[in-house]
Amino acid sequence: MTVLGLLERDGDGLADSSLRVLAFSNALARSSGTGLAGVLFGPAAAVPAGELAGYGVPDAYAIDSPLLAGYAPVAWARALSGLVTDVSATAVVAAGSDRGNELMAHLAALTGLPMAANCVSAAAEADGGCRLVRHRWAGSLLEDATLDADVALLTVAVDAVAVPAAEEPAATSAAAPVAATSVHVVEPQPEAADLRVCAAESATRGTGISLATARVVIGGGRGVGGPEGFAPLEELAGLLGAAVGVSRVVTSQGWRPHTQQVGQTGTRITPELYLACGISGAIQHMAGCMGAKHIVAINTDPGAPIISRADYAVIGDLNEVIPALVAEIKKRHDEA
Amino acid sequence: MDILVCVKRVPMVGGRIAVTPDGQDVDTRMSGFTVSPHEECAVEEAVQITERLGGSVTVLTLGPAEAMQQLRDMLALGAGRALLLETDGREWGPIATAAAIADAARRRAEGPDGPYGLLLFGNEAADTGDYQVGVRVAHALGLPCVTGIKNLEITGDGARARREYRGSEEVFDIPLPAVVSVKEGINLPRYPSLPGRLRAKRAAIDTLRPEWHSEGLRKDRLRVPAQEQHQAQVLGSGAEAAPALMRLLEELGVLS
Ligand SMILES: Cc1cc2nc3c(=O)[nH]c(=O)nc-3n(C[C@H](O)[C@H](O)[C@H](O)COP(=O)(O)OP(=O)(O)OC[C@H]3O[C@@H](n4cnc5c(N)ncnc54)[C@H](O)[C@@H]3O)c2cc1C
Ligand SMILES: Nc1ncnc2c1ncn2[C@@H]1O[C@H](COP(=O)(O)O)[C@@H](O)[C@H]1O
Repeated sequence: MTVLGLLERDGDGLADSSLRVLAFSNALARSSGTGLAGVLFGPAAAVPAGELAGYGVPDAYAIDSPLLAGYAPVAWARALSGLVTDVSATAVVAAGSDRGNELMAHLAALTGLPMAANCVSAAAEADGGCRLVRHRWAGSLLEDATLDADVALLTVAVDAVAVPAAEEPAATSAAAPVAATSVHVVEPQPEAADLRVCAAESATRGTGISLATARVVIGGGRGVGGPEGFAPLEELAGLLGAAVGVSRVVTSQGWRPHTQQVGQTGTRITPELYLACGISGAIQHMAGCMGAKHIVAINTDPGAPIISRADYAVIGDLNEVIPALVAEIKKRHDEA
Repeated sequence: MDILVCVKRVPMVGGRIAVTPDGQDVDTRMSGFTVSPHEECAVEEAVQITERLGGSVTVLTLGPAEAMQQLRDMLALGAGRALLLETDGREWGPIATAAAIADAARRRAEGPDGPYGLLLFGNEAADTGDYQVGVRVAHALGLPCVTGIKNLEITGDGARARREYRGSEEVFDIPLPAVVSVKEGINLPRYPSLPGRLRAKRAAIDTLRPEWHSEGLRKDRLRVPAQEQHQAQVLGSGAEAAPALMRLLEELGVLS
């Protein structure tokens, strides 16, 4: 009887999203009185056992096979389904990332089980069911749902669950530390048919400031007026070391590439400051910038939806406000 | 190549989203309906592939009779045929939806037209965001499957599909037929042409009526997340607000 958390490394330690998976899994395990275990793909030596012990995970499984070194979704899911049976798992939890959702969908299809994507919380009920809250519309709506299944297959809405603090895991929803994490090696024998789809090569791409991780994002929407209108926004972004983000109207007009789109079907951003210029604040756009610490809107319309979602606003034409702000910043640079 | 593209009718919400008093649905009294941008791109991708290589594009939706409108919208973008899996208005879960789509694909494979060479999906539906219908269809049909694809190249009897993974790029070489789910950004969908719209208006739409069944994940209710109902603090109007904006940037510590 175990809740299995599917974990990923980032460098030497656990990825942030995996820490959230642990916090979520621990809450679920506690509500159902079951154990908690981590699963990683790769050799046992690569399991960050010390870190897992700190987060109160007594057992970890390393699924290790030379044939699984490359990401092969069906073979990976098949290996997971074997582990689910072997350890009598009651739930499998993965990050609601592209890969986490994909892997869980394959596991669901292989086992015929239902799957709930992008959950915010889950707790076992006395009758054996699982009560959960999950995202709809990329988090613009919440769904209260009941899951009846022998094994609950869940992914976690990563930006809705807090990362537990390493120093004080118990205080932040992770389990109290254990003395040591036992690492168990699992060596599946993948079938050729399950390896039909396998990530063949992986090329790093893109330089410059990444939209997803930028500390400041300057957003432009339809109000920018056209491709040329972005020059002042670019200049401001240059002065602030910021990335430029845009609304869907901007990308579907072809003013800017889709890689710059913020929102439900674009990138999710988590900057310190999001300066949204000429953007009305549609729910699908806001879904992508919910993670911003502070939102400042520049808009000619005081009734635009973004005005009731931003922290600060300037009412006015961005073509006047942005150049004036750029001038202020330059003036300050000159004084310094 | 004969391509099937699956699209879902969803409310076209904009500035605000509201739930009906019984908590069961999105309030659509003020909105129209649309399909997800991911799925619109799937249709565009299919049309581009058949423009290059020949073949046909069939769009499919499972939904109420009104979903015919979304099929016509997709026909106007260049799809040649449309198939409605008509429901009685109940919400279908992803397991039943995938089973009905797989059935329709099998039915076609057994007929004179033979199997589809490619089945395109959106990465996730805009409303429920279940992230699984395409994958379940692939397993039901025994086909290879890749999701979240941002670039697709047909290479003879296979395809090369690319996507992003943590800031880098993953490449998959897959045999065809296959299931591919795509994301917005894979292409820039065209606007419907006038002849396209006229053709779509008159096109015949095939209809099947699959049977609903319940599944293990049940919606209890929908709600709008509680958020502080705040109004932004207005820093000023027009260019005069620049100094105040400047002070704010200083306070937030974002001036480099
Ligand atoms: C399923 C689905 C997914 C979607 N995904 C996304 C997504 O990922 N990202 C996204 O952005 N959208 C998405 N959308 C589209 C979204 O619903 C809106 O249509 C879009 O965000 C609107 O873009 P906008 O704010 O630039 O344009 P508009 O809504 O037209 O707003 C323009 C704003 O600019 C202001 N303005 C005009 N001129 C000026 C000026 N000179 N100075 C200052 N302000 C000015 C106006 O007052 C207005 O508020 C999605 C839609 C659907 C249905
Ligand atoms: N009712 C439906 N009719 C047709 N296609 C659907 C339907 N529901 C989901 N799909 C397809 O499956 C994809 C993934 O949906 P989901 O698993 O629900 O997030 C969508 O982007 C559509 O391409």
